Amino acid sequence: MSRPAQTPDGPGVKAADPVVLGLDGLDALITKLSESGYEVKGPVSRGGAVVPGSISGVDDLPAGVHDEQSPGGYRLAQGDDGRLFAWAVGPGSWKGEFFPAHQEVWRARASDEAIEFTEAAREAAPLAIVGARPCEFRALEVLDRVLKDGAYRDPRYADRREAAFVAVVECASPASTCFCTSMGTGPGIEGGFDLALTEIDDEGGHRFVVRVGSEDGSEMLDSVPSTKADAGDLEARARVLEGAAANMGRHLQTEGLAGLLARNMDHPRWSDVGERCLSCGNCTLVCPTCFCSDVHDTTDISGESSRARVWSSCFDLDHSYLHGGAVRASCSSRYRQWMTHKLSTWWDQFDTSGCVGCGRCVTWCPVGIDITEEAAFIAASDGATRVSPPSTRGGS
Amino acid sequence: MKTMDELLSTHPFMADLDADALAIVAGCSRNVVFEPGELLCVEGESADTFYLIRRGHVSLDVHAPGRGPVVIETVGPGAVVGWSWLIPPYRWTFDARAKSRVGAVAIDGACLRGKAEMDPALGFALLSRISKELLSRLQATRLRLLDLYGGRDER
Amino acid sequence: MSARTLHEDASTGVSSHRGAGSLTPTMHRVVERIRETGDVVTLCLEPVSGGRLDFLPGQFNMLSVFGVGEVAISVSGAPRDPGPLRHTVRDVGAVSHALSESAVGDLIGVRGPFGSDWQIVPVNAGAAADPRDVVVVAGGIGLAPLRGAVHELVAAHREGGGRVFLLVGAREPSQIVFNDDLEAWARDGAKVMVSVDRATPKWPGRVGLVTTLLGDAGFDPANVRAMLCGPEIMMRFTARALVDMGVDPGAILVSLERNMQCGLGWCGHCQLGPLLLCRDGPIVAYAGLVSQLLSERER
Repeated sequence: MSRPAQTPDGPGVKAADPVVLGLDGLDALITKLSESGYEVKGPVSRGGAVVPGSISGVDDLPAGVHDEQSPGGYRLAQGDDGRLFAWAVGPGSWKGEFFPAHQEVWRARASDEAIEFTEAAREAAPLAIVGARPCEFRALEVLDRVLKDGAYRDPRYADRREAAFVAVVECASPASTCFCTSMGTGPGIEGGFDLALTEIDDEGGHRFVVRVGSEDGSEMLDSVPSTKADAGDLEARARVLEGAAANMGRHLQTEGLAGLLARNMDHPRWSDVGERCLSCGNCTLVCPTCFCSDVHDTTDISGESSRARVWSSCFDLDHSYLHGGAVRASCSSRYRQWMTHKLSTWWDQFDTSGCVGCGRCVTWCPVGIDITEEAAFIAASDGATRVSPPSTRGGS
Repeated sequence: MKTMDELLSTHPFMADLDADALAIVAGCSRNVVFEPGELLCVEGESADTFYLIRRGHVSLDVHAPGRGPVVIETVGPGAVVGWSWLIPPYRWTFDARAKSRVGAVAIDGACLRGKAEMDPALGFALLSRISKELLSRLQATRLRLLDLYGGRDER
Repeated sequence: MSARTLHEDASTGVSSHRGAGSLTPTMHRVVERIRETGDVVTLCLEPVSGGRLDFLPGQFNMLSVFGVGEVAISVSGAPRDPGPLRHTVRDVGAVSHALSESAVGDLIGVRGPFGSDWQIVPVNAGAAADPRDVVVVAGGIGLAPLRGAVHELVAAHREGGGRVFLLVGAREPSQIVFNDDLEAWARDGAKVMVSVDRATPKWPGRVGLVTTLLGDAGFDPANVRAMLCGPEIMMRFTARALVDMGVDPGAILVSLERNMQCGLGWCGHCQLGPLLLCRDGPIVAYAGLVSQLLSERER
């Protein structure tokens, strides 16, 4: 939980000074979190992808794992270096830890006289994440605006989110599909986290520069073996971030983008992308901010009934169902809904972009549709309409 | 007692028509009253008149064996009843029946056609007004064809 | 410019009329079931554990049928009526069918109320009644979300509020809902006009699209506010006709509908462009953005 750290306003207060952890220090941090009652999760290599999983020490982290990403492509490769965070984001975002794909809300048993509701049990232990990327952390803050800080607080999401401890690991290895620099969400991070780590593997050794963002972060570092970060460590961190920013695979021009899309709802590009899009919903499943859900009621054979909240996608025909038919019946209208929501109407609804530039939707699209390319195309042909206006020139 | 020019000028159909044109139309017009149930037009008969409704309501009917008169539409004050006088063979397609006591201005179609042929500007002014009325009635009819309230719930 | 913004400015204070942020309903019992037409019933509900759900005309609740599901239904009662909570339901889908079939004594789950309202200042709130004419245009069962509003408006008219013009469109005479109310409102000074698309031999009234009633209703276009509820096409054309008559687009409210699954702004289904209709709607001002959204396809 991210209570802000005390600002050092006098000598002797060292809590917010960056420190350096070795692999043993990181291992000790994971142990400390676990002993403090957290369920600790981090990135693990499983099924050919880096995904969130339970960890009990550094040995569970994906050492030497690298990834290659492209539109419609994702491959892991095993390197012989020992770096733990030398990959970009995989298909599983941290969204699912707070807003599960299927979440029972209540069960109910009916008699003639009454219906008794039993609220579904919640996770007993608070969650600690070690190794969320800055873009993913910002994605959680985007979700917070929908499920925690909006008109209604969703207690399932909000309680778990507020209790969570997040140690972010800054990004050193963006993928070809990444564009966090365009969205202002990475590769580094300033504020909001409990701890922010930067993995450095240079002549000075394999180590982590750790900055403290909260009292909890400071507390968890307390008994962990660490040294004070020196100027060389901080310079090394800066070089990592500069290198990552320079290797960013993609770019999205965000200046004026919300307005651009809002005034191009009839652009012919929507029909074009509608021809390519399979309406499979992969992009919404891997997206760390997509929040659409269905409310499902079911009854089992014993007569007990339950209500669950289940992820849904605006690419489903039923998403816009209105007694009799779907409002967004065409694939192009569903793609338009998804993309304009991310980049334009999200601002109207939640005063933020709905996109953090993690590039997952590009990588995991089976036909490689690229949101940055679609936006750039529309920007380059601003004002085009579906049907060309008739020529005003003379002639027969 | 209002003059025919005054009666005409207060009807929306004639709104903003200049005084000279009004006087010409007035020369083809007379003030009429229909009691409830009386027919303004009869299907199949020669169409030589049209009506500017001032008061009361008129139903446009078609009679069907075993069903009696089927009302297709009702129109009220401000409406125009009758276009068949405009286009050959000048024959009414529907019955028009007074549902309540109806006050109207009846305009002689043959008379007006003659005046319009002599004065194309007047003809254009009148045809524009008739087209506008026709268009709004056609659009309303098309929307009714959608059966708006039928298949879908409106909450 | 959303209705939500209007709301927060309104003196009625909406916060007290928003339901709890929970997916768990409170149980209500059906105390009366009124058949309105062949496929429309009104359910009168009382909470099992007492109390009364506070709402504003135009707001909606999520109604649950145990084991079947949940659906958004506007409240069709009036805050000024002390009786049970009323919802008028048309049998169009699995849940609305189960609701329609429910009997007196059955248990129904209620969550809400949610969403914006018709922005009527009740005359007993101490504020002066709005002196403007008000034209209410309802199509089909679209009269249900307006019923409470018309009750309030007719009462306000007796206290010096503006004249009330209620224009009702229905497919055919047998599908006109709330006939008793229509008569009562007319007795109490409202001008009530009903038009059907398809007449039966005994139908004595108007035949034609509901918009054809606008012309001879007799309200003052320069000093009128309008409330529209019905099929989206009907509202679109009615709003345009009103604007053509000279009515200020900002004085026209429409009740919009999209798929609603949570009522809480969490599920994303009820988006209409920048609007989340459970939060920013269902009742929104027609002017500007909304008139544009209604013209666009597949939003």
